[in-house]
Amino acid sequence: MTKGRIHSLESFGTVDGPGTRFVVFVQGCPMRCAYCHNPDTWAMTGGTMMEPAEIIEQYERNRPFYKDGGLTVTGGEPLMQIDFLIDLFTLAKEKDIHTCIDTSGIAFKPGNTALIEKLDKLMTLTNLVMLDIKHIDPEKHKELTQQPNDGILAFAAYLNEKQIPMWIRHVVVPGITDDDEYLYKLGQFIGKFTNLKALDVLPYHTMGEKKYENLGIPYKLHGVPAMGQKEVIEKKKVILDGIKEVRKELGIM
Amino acid sequence: MRPEWTDFVGGKWDHEINVRDFIQKNYTPYDGDESFLAGPTQNTKDLWAQVLELSKKEREAGGVLDMDTKVISTITSHGPGYLDKSKETIVGFQTDKPFKRSLQPYGGIRMAEKACADNGYEVDPEISEFFSVHRKTHNAGCFDAYNQEMRACRSSHVITGLPDAYGRGRIIGDYRRVALYGIDRLIEDKQEQKDSTGRVMTDDVIRLREELSEQIVALKLMKEMAASYGCDISRPATNVQEAIQATYFGYLAAVKEQNGAAMSLGRTSTFLDIYAERDLKNGTFTEEQIQEFVDHFIMKLRLVKFARTPEYNQIFAGDPVWVTESLGGVGIDGRHMVTKMSFRYLHTLENLGASPEPNLTVLWSTRLPEAWKKYCAKMSITTSSIQYENDDLMRVTHGDDYGIACCVSSMVIGKQMQFFGARANLAKCLLYALNGGVDEVSHKQVGPKYRPVEGDILDYDDVMAKYTDMMEWLADVYVNTLNIIHYMHDKYCYERAQMALHDRDVLRYFATGFAGLSVVADSLSAIKYAQVKAIRDEDGIIVDFETTGDFPKYGNDDDRVDTIARDLVKKFMIMLRRHHTYRDSFPTMSVLTITSNVTYGKATGNTPDGRKKGQPFAPGANPMHGRDSHGAVASLSSVAKLPFQYSQDGISNTFSIIPGALGKEDKVFAGDIEIDLGK
Repeated sequence: MTKGRIHSLESFGTVDGPGTRFVVFVQGCPMRCAYCHNPDTWAMTGGTMMEPAEIIEQYERNRPFYKDGGLTVTGGEPLMQIDFLIDLFTLAKEKDIHTCIDTSGIAFKPGNTALIEKLDKLMTLTNLVMLDIKHIDPEKHKELTQQPNDGILAFAAYLNEKQIPMWIRHVVVPGITDDDEYLYKLGQFIGKFTNLKALDVLPYHTMGEKKYENLGIPYKLHGVPAMGQKEVIEKKKVILDGIKEVRKELGIM
Repeated sequence: MRPEWTDFVGGKWDHEINVRDFIQKNYTPYDGDESFLAGPTQNTKDLWAQVLELSKKEREAGGVLDMDTKVISTITSHGPGYLDKSKETIVGFQTDKPFKRSLQPYGGIRMAEKACADNGYEVDPEISEFFSVHRKTHNAGCFDAYNQEMRACRSSHVITGLPDAYGRGRIIGDYRRVALYGIDRLIEDKQEQKDSTGRVMTDDVIRLREELSEQIVALKLMKEMAASYGCDISRPATNVQEAIQATYFGYLAAVKEQNGAAMSLGRTSTFLDIYAERDLKNGTFTEEQIQEFVDHFIMKLRLVKFARTPEYNQIFAGDPVWVTESLGGVGIDGRHMVTKMSFRYLHTLENLGASPEPNLTVLWSTRLPEAWKKYCAKMSITTSSIQYENDDLMRVTHGDDYGIACCVSSMVIGKQMQFFGARANLAKCLLYALNGGVDEVSHKQVGPKYRPVEGDILDYDDVMAKYTDMMEWLADVYVNTLNIIHYMHDKYCYERAQMALHDRDVLRYFATGFAGLSVVADSLSAIKYAQVKAIRDEDGIIVDFETTGDFPKYGNDDDRVDTIARDLVKKFMIMLRRHHTYRDSFPTMSVLTITSNVTYGKATGNTPDGRKKGQPFAPGANPMHGRDSHGAVASLSSVAKLPFQYSQDGISNTFSIIPGALGKEDKVFAGDIEIDLGK
């Protein structure tokens, strides 16, 4: 079994997928999203090495709490540890546990056949992927995360091809990712996919800033206000309009 | 059958005192939701506005608006009191007006005097003299009998909060009996009980006969008190308004005579619902009227007040009465016991606003109806005022007519009572074990002069052996102190009103408490899994610790430390059981310092887990604040490992969470794309 590099475990996750979930935060992420509220999970070193069986054992001992939920792996970037994920989810499926990956999709490289082979295997063990699209525009994406978004968008198409249920997450940051033009485009992009099951639009909050201070990393969004609950509903509507438009065009109901 | 019982299904209850049988034969489980509930009437709003105004004045006056300094409180000591007689559908106050605190010196005259003095009042000197010279109090009795060791333990706070200067509380009368049977029938029953005692006049028989006589007097006085309000409770109640009123008069008699540490109500809602259903069916009252009675009843319960000292309020973090009312649960025949009245009780939190009193406690079972569960959850989120207890766990030993006294103590209503025993500070006891019985704060020899630990690095096996010996000593002095307290309380401050609403032969629980569980568990874990160095002061007393390395902490579902906590509970309970307990009472233990954890912490020095001198303990069986790093489920699982059979008086866990952390605000998150797209 491949060990995982684990940042922490949360036994009562209520916002990372359906129901009450056991949430595994993996250590290590190549993205450097300006608004990331878990900068302590960036480093590819550190964390605790854990056997998949240890994690499943912890899940199992409190199983009754998760009867309407399941297991979510987030991070950090889970797909950076794909061998571990395959082993973990293989065990999870033996126990009939609902599995979910919360990912940025950054690890996806369409041309990498070795990787695709592994992903194909992983997807047979996965019930739900929550894909966090940071920005629909390639340039803006690079600015925001220090990484390109072509692989990420290709990953969404890949999931659709496999018909793996997908939730799209999108964080709305005032002045950075709240431009209606791009939100509409995002809607048009994801509207094409018939595996899309939910849209989770998250308002930017400033609670992560403290962590940056503690880690001694400069916080790029210092001074940017939190996103209001009301505005976020408006922004979500713009994405939905994009989805509706493209679905009408393509005849997807 | 009596005319007041028309339409009720008969049974054992109609020829013997048996409220449970009446409930089981007559109640209607309710599976629906809260949509039937009625809002507050204009009268309710007016009365509540009056209460808020008085509460404001009370706060402005420094916490007490008025105190009686001349009239000793008894069931009939005061004439009727009202907020606004024309608007109240349920009546009765402890004194002749609302917000006026009564004078109750039987627990201890000094406490009564101090409660007055601290609030700017003075007890009538004649009363002070009477209770100092002519009539002994419970408090004086205790100190006559205490030995030096008990006094030392009391001063050092290794045993704290003992009910030796105030009412012990924790006794729930079956107040429903007043409504169902009427006082005359209850007196008749008590007379029969008195005639049925043994003929050989041993101490026990003499005491029982005297107590039954006291109880009969109390019942007669209840009838008199009700009459002063123009109510006749000599006969059974004829409708839901009378039933609520009679139940309340029973309770009111209790709080007029006992300033107890917890004065709980019992389990009244499903009982009262039977009357409400009959009245709805017969068109006697509308839903709105019934809700008004309930609102006015709950309003009265919110206004129960006692004269207390600032020190008392510090132990209990405020001025609580613990008017605990138990709601719901499941019957032993498998039918759930949620009724419309259960909803009406919770609904008062909407009609009158949120409040910690009465302490509405839901007896939770996985088998409760879904609509009720949802309503409870909704009310918890909006008011943070609901307590939950595990009915599936307690029903096994207690059946389906038990209630909760205070926060966790369960007892079968009218058949069991409790001798409240405060708590032993097991964290301080650990420090005594290290220091050979010397108190780490005062440096006095409080415990026995056992050999202290030697060397710098603490060895787990050595510490455990010494701690076990010190726990044995503590269990001994603790139980014996309580034996004195309960003997004296029975003698000088007997709860005649509450006991009049019990069977003749009751099971008495001898309650004890374990304070500092998570501190001790983590301390022992540190000694076992990390390296703990003892730091001594110039007198050679260990006053601090230096811990190197990490250690498992209670609250993370980690068996390495959770088993330490589990075994400690079992161990101390077994030690307690080996002692003689007053009146053949049944020893139990709780892990439940919901509020007094702060004062216990204040009196305790540095502990090996890294807690600093004076810092609060965690409340109840909670993990220490900030040490549970794996989320709520892991934390709850650690607590759930504590064995109920060794902590039958209850295990409490205080849980706060912001609603947002319980999930997304949207109704259904998964699949919301369909909803949003109008599918």
